[in-house]
Amino acid sequence: MIELVNVRKVFNMRRPNEFVAIHGLSLLIHSHQVTVIKGPSGSGKTTLLSLIGCMSRPTSGRIMLSDREITSLPERFLTEIRRKTFGFIFQHFNLIKGMTALENVMLPAYPLGERQASLKTRARELFNLFGIAEKAESKVEWLSGGEAQRVTMIRALMNNPAVIIADEPTAHLDTKLSREFMEIVRGLKEERKTVIIASHDPLVYESDLVDRTVNFRDGSIEEEA
Amino acid sequence: MRKSSLFLIYIAINIIFFFLIFAHASYRRNADMQLVAKNMEMARKLELTDLCLFTEASYIRHLSQADVHTPFQDYPMSVEHFPSGSLLGPPPTIKKINAKLD
Amino acid sequence: MRSWIERQRNIIDFTLCSLLRRKGKNVLLMLVYTLVVFVLASVMFFTHAIRKEASMVLKEAPEMVVQRLVAGRHELIPLSYIDEIKQIRGVSFVKGRLWGYYYDPVTGANYTLIVAADDQLSPGRITVGQGVSRARLVVEGDTMEFRAHDGAIIELEIGKTISSESELISSDLILISDDDFRRLFGTPRSCATDIVVGVRNPKEIPTVALKIAQLLPDTRQILRDEISRTYDAVFNWRGGIMILIFSGALLAFIIFAWDKASGLGPEERREIGILKAIGWETSDVILMKLWEGMIVSLSSFSLAVILAYLHVFFFSARVFAPVLKGWAVLYPEFKLVPFVDASQVVALFFLSVVPYTVATIIPAWRAATVDPDSIMR
Repeated sequence: MIELVNVRKVFNMRRPNEFVAIHGLSLLIHSHQVTVIKGPSGSGKTTLLSLIGCMSRPTSGRIMLSDREITSLPERFLTEIRRKTFGFIFQHFNLIKGMTALENVMLPAYPLGERQASLKTRARELFNLFGIAEKAESKVEWLSGGEAQRVTMIRALMNNPAVIIADEPTAHLDTKLSREFMEIVRGLKEERKTVIIASHDPLVYESDLVDRTVNFRDGSIEEEA
Repeated sequence: MRKSSLFLIYIAINIIFFFLIFAHASYRRNADMQLVAKNMEMARKLELTDLCLFTEASYIRHLSQADVHTPFQDYPMSVEHFPSGSLLGPPPTIKKINAKLD
Repeated sequence: MRSWIERQRNIIDFTLCSLLRRKGKNVLLMLVYTLVVFVLASVMFFTHAIRKEASMVLKEAPEMVVQRLVAGRHELIPLSYIDEIKQIRGVSFVKGRLWGYYYDPVTGANYTLIVAADDQLSPGRITVGQGVSRARLVVEGDTMEFRAHDGAIIELEIGKTISSESELISSDLILISDDDFRRLFGTPRSCATDIVVGVRNPKEIPTVALKIAQLLPDTRQILRDEISRTYDAVFNWRGGIMILIFSGALLAFIIFAWDKASGLGPEERREIGILKAIGWETSDVILMKLWEGMIVSLSSFSLAVILAYLHVFFFSARVFAPVLKGWAVLYPEFKLVPFVDASQVVALFFLSVVPYTVATIIPAWRAATVDPDSIMR
């Protein structure tokens, strides 16, 4: 369970281009559910996701993870929690060019000193699961949009995280691939993972998988459905 | 093979070579000590005063025997010998000469 | 421990991947780096070995050489001076030395002729150094023609060649008998080239030298201590060419470091952002940059030093030959004894590997400390 209490995020504080991205927001995200944060681009969804996923700290307010406050933890602990608990699927994929899909997927675990052999086994299992086993050794710049999307998902799932956060996952996908994506989300839900998706794609927020929709606009929650 | 393995092997080979070099150097030093001793004997017997490094001019060939005047034995306008002139500094004896004049 | 090794290996894997993505630039960089260190290390090995050997061999030089100067020129010294020097207390032996130069118009080479007290040298026979042998393409049994001071041609047979192991001191030598020398150069029997003096007590040498100077004011005295120290300053880094070499190397390293330290490109910045976003900590990124610097500099440095050693001690510093030869026709084959000064190698390491690695890490520091969410924008 993730709880945000009166969270505020300001960029470029005390400077002429000061910008308040999130205004005093309080939000409770339940575990094992699919939550969609719905809102137009520029509303601050990405900022909200990065706060939830311990990628940045709020300017004020508290964030609790399973009743444990994480806002004031030093970077080292925050990173470890992020690694263990969250899997991120970025809007722009953020794969490193020049490396194979397999290498990209193993990359998050590199600094941890795990043996490459066991990493590879886990990765290949996931590649099989997502049906792109033959693309594992291809360089990522040669992958299609859908394949790249799946690689980022595999990367997010490598550490078997409890929470998956996806930022506009269907932005670069056609209808067919978007539907396939939602099927994958179904599988994740069946594994009792918490899924948080930020999207303004109706295919996502109107899906029957979604347990809760949060309407987000200009840095605040409008209403919930 | 993993790239890191290749790199580590390369470095390991180089380290082995380093050890080989030092081993070779100390082995050769011991082996060549005889040679150096022979050369020392030759220097003593022939009353040699200089190494045979450069043979262009007398004051370069026999650096230790040269004094401030010696280069002029070529002729006053003679150009400095290159590159030996810039590789060989003046011998300690030269300073002594000037000291006497003072 | 195991996981520490795996961690390093993983990070090295990524760093190598990253370096290979800019293959051309990095290969060129390593090539130049290796070349620069190769030249520096070769120079270091070469000069140290020569200086060491000189200081050892020349310890056997004559204790004192007495030279006669006339109008600033080194002139023949009368053998009568020997009797005067013998009178001085502390002198163990006094003897005339006969040696000189012969210019060979056939090859353009200068030979050093020495009269040696050797039973092998009967009149008409000479012993030549390897350099002479090479220059004139002569071996034992051949004859060489010399033009005497009066224009006559003298033929001398080569009885022996000096072994090639002593080329450093004997390459251009021709050992000749007293009679032949005087016949060749016309040196009168009453003179010698200079006089060598032996002193019983080494501490007395300066005193004896002073006495000789007073006794024979037209002479100068060269002491053994000065002779063996002559080559300490050879190839000194302050000398002309050496300054060029070292400045060039320094400039090259500054350019490398500048290229690295002037900051990361947008592509590199993005990569670091991605790494942080997927869970790498700041310390992991710094470690990666450390390996990036070390992979390049360690690989180049170690290869260069090994090549330099082989170059100087197995191939007689052949790369330097054109430079060192200059105008000389005769050039010794440097079979140097590997006297290696480890502290020089260590100093070279700290002057090349450390600054380069530091220059790789420092600009990355800023980029590595960004908040991971910056990549999301």
